[in-house]
Amino acid sequence: MRSGYHVNSNTPSDDYLIPLRLTWDPGPLAAASFVFPQPRMEKYSFSDKPLSVFNGDFQIVTRFKAAADAPLGPATMTGKLRYQACNNSMCLPPKTLDVSLQVEIVR
Amino acid sequence: MSRIHVAAASIALALLFAGCSKTSKVDSGRKQAPNFSLKDAAGNTVNLADYRGKVVLVNFWATWCGPCEVEIPWFIEFEQKYKDQGFAVLGVSMDDDGWKSVQPYVAKHKINYRVMIGSEVVSQQFGNIDSLPTSFVLDRQGRIAANHVGLVEKKEYQNEIVKLLEDAKTAAVDHPGVGEFASLVGAGVRAGQRP
Repeated sequence: MRSGYHVNSNTPSDDYLIPLRLTWDPGPLAAASFVFPQPRMEKYSFSDKPLSVFNGDFQIVTRFKAAADAPLGPATMTGKLRYQACNNSMCLPPKTLDVSLQVEIVR
Repeated sequence: MSRIHVAAASIALALLFAGCSKTSKVDSGRKQAPNFSLKDAAGNTVNLADYRGKVVLVNFWATWCGPCEVEIPWFIEFEQKYKDQGFAVLGVSMDDDGWKSVQPYVAKHKINYRVMIGSEVVSQQFGNIDSLPTSFVLDRQGRIAANHVGLVEKKEYQNEIVKLLEDAKTAAVDHPGVGEFASLVGAGVRAGQRP
């Protein structure tokens, strides 16, 4: 992420904050679990208490399962990443990005 | 068909967005603020042009915006303190889900000024509002005297509001009858404008 900006983590500190969400569309694989990085608790000028955020470079890991009858070979999984970013003095509107992943289903 | 294969994949996602920085601008060559016509929580239409003759703070905000939440108690205080001197705050929420989020927020924060749900059109009229909070301080003629993108000091808003309120008083003393004339002009403009 751009320096100075953060996104709320997948488990934000307050109800009003928009969490980071990754969802996958139905496809040859089904998302079985997600592993988000450990959020950072950071204090900003606009908040009395530290907020649960991600910043800098980070990875979200998805573990997929293939159905028994899933076709073998290459496939593309598509999904959406929803996030809402702020810096120390302002926020940007929530955005939803299309994401895609090339996978290979093997025996 | 052979058994399941479990695939584990990790993706590194670069979150790209337009970089923005906090800005404040006090404009001496003031431009007329665009008019808007939006509904408040009670369903009543709020025309910005109807506020001609008052000093107005138009605040674009959202319920998910932490810096916006800091300013709201200030605006509540300003509304209370300066209302009788011809001042008003108008809150324009940019929440996608509209009143569903905004109504409980207004109740929880005991917001005492008029709040409306914004639109893409209004955002564009005001220069494509992207960063929140963004606020415009308008003089009694409906012109943009200052605008702020991002959280600024409470004192900064207060100084601008007080100055605009006092400017109008001074003008009225220097040119007796100007206030009445301005009101008449304002009424004429309102009558001629379509929301």
